[in-house]
Amino acid sequence: MSQDLKGQLMHLMAGNITCQDLIELITEYLEGSMSFSERVRFQIHLGFCQGCRNYLSQMKTTIRTIGKLPAEPIPDEVRDELLKRFRTWKKG
Amino acid sequence: MKEEDTAQSALSSKHKWADEQTLVSALREGDEGAFGFLLDTYHGPLLRLAMAHVPSRAVAEEVVQETWQGVLESLPRFEGRSSLKTWMFRILTNRAKTRGQRERRYESLDSGDGQSDGDGEGWREPDRFIQAGSLAGHWSSLPSMWDEETPERLLLSKESRALIQQAISALPPVQRQVITLRDIDELDAKEVCNILEVTETNQRVLLHRARSRVRKIIEQQLEEKRPTG
Repeated sequence: MSQDLKGQLMHLMAGNITCQDLIELITEYLEGSMSFSERVRFQIHLGFCQGCRNYLSQMKTTIRTIGKLPAEPIPDEVRDELLKRFRTWKKG
Repeated sequence: MKEEDTAQSALSSKHKWADEQTLVSALREGDEGAFGFLLDTYHGPLLRLAMAHVPSRAVAEEVVQETWQGVLESLPRFEGRSSLKTWMFRILTNRAKTRGQRERRYESLDSGDGQSDGDGEGWREPDRFIQAGSLAGHWSSLPSMWDEETPERLLLSKESRALIQQAISALPPVQRQVITLRDIDELDAKEVCNILEVTETNQRVLLHRARSRVRKIIEQQLEEKRPTG
């Protein structure tokens, strides 16, 4: 099979979108803001493309990682000061 | 990871203040335990969001102080149309904007469509794709599969954690605000649009760019850590 024909076939099977296009659409896909037909095309591509499946999974892992970043705890003196303000507010 | 444990337990649904109505009534009645819970749960996230808005930590700390003052002043008028968290984040965002404008260093979306966020094309990775021929646009090197434990493993390392935090800090301000609210504070898209006054499309574009950049940093981290030889 010629390289050209192989490329065309792959493209067709992969939902008619390139991997480069697909990764641009990932957030739209994850946000659930795609139309039904766009979603189907996206999923067909994923079905054929290990690279894009991995990339999608990496994005999900990235989101999970960001979600686990710890926040700084409130310093004791700031907490005490704000509680003092709350007491004053309560009286006022 | 003591800090995280504290935040986790404070946010646990088993906590007596987990029900927001109970919490709000207790606050209005002047219950110090309720306010203490609010401080423990939200001071850190408020500071993080403030730092995404203003250029220095000192100013961010002041903005958070003003926000707490604003929360106390407005609490009697809180109607519960949004969650308490969204409401507080909105108070903070308004204060930060006023503050930033005063200092003339605030970068907002006012003068654009949200595409012009000073980011350029740095979040794209064109070199990962075949450039020409019938396979143009397909992967030139396949992304690898990351294992399930990646977040935990990465965040255990102080160095990796710092690098991810730096990657977020280095994002253009509006991207940083969106990713902080969406992926760290776990607000939904509508709430974020409401707080930052951006359209849903802008929100999504900004989020996509921000996540793509952080993904790239994580990938670099993992590649450096991969045993060689």
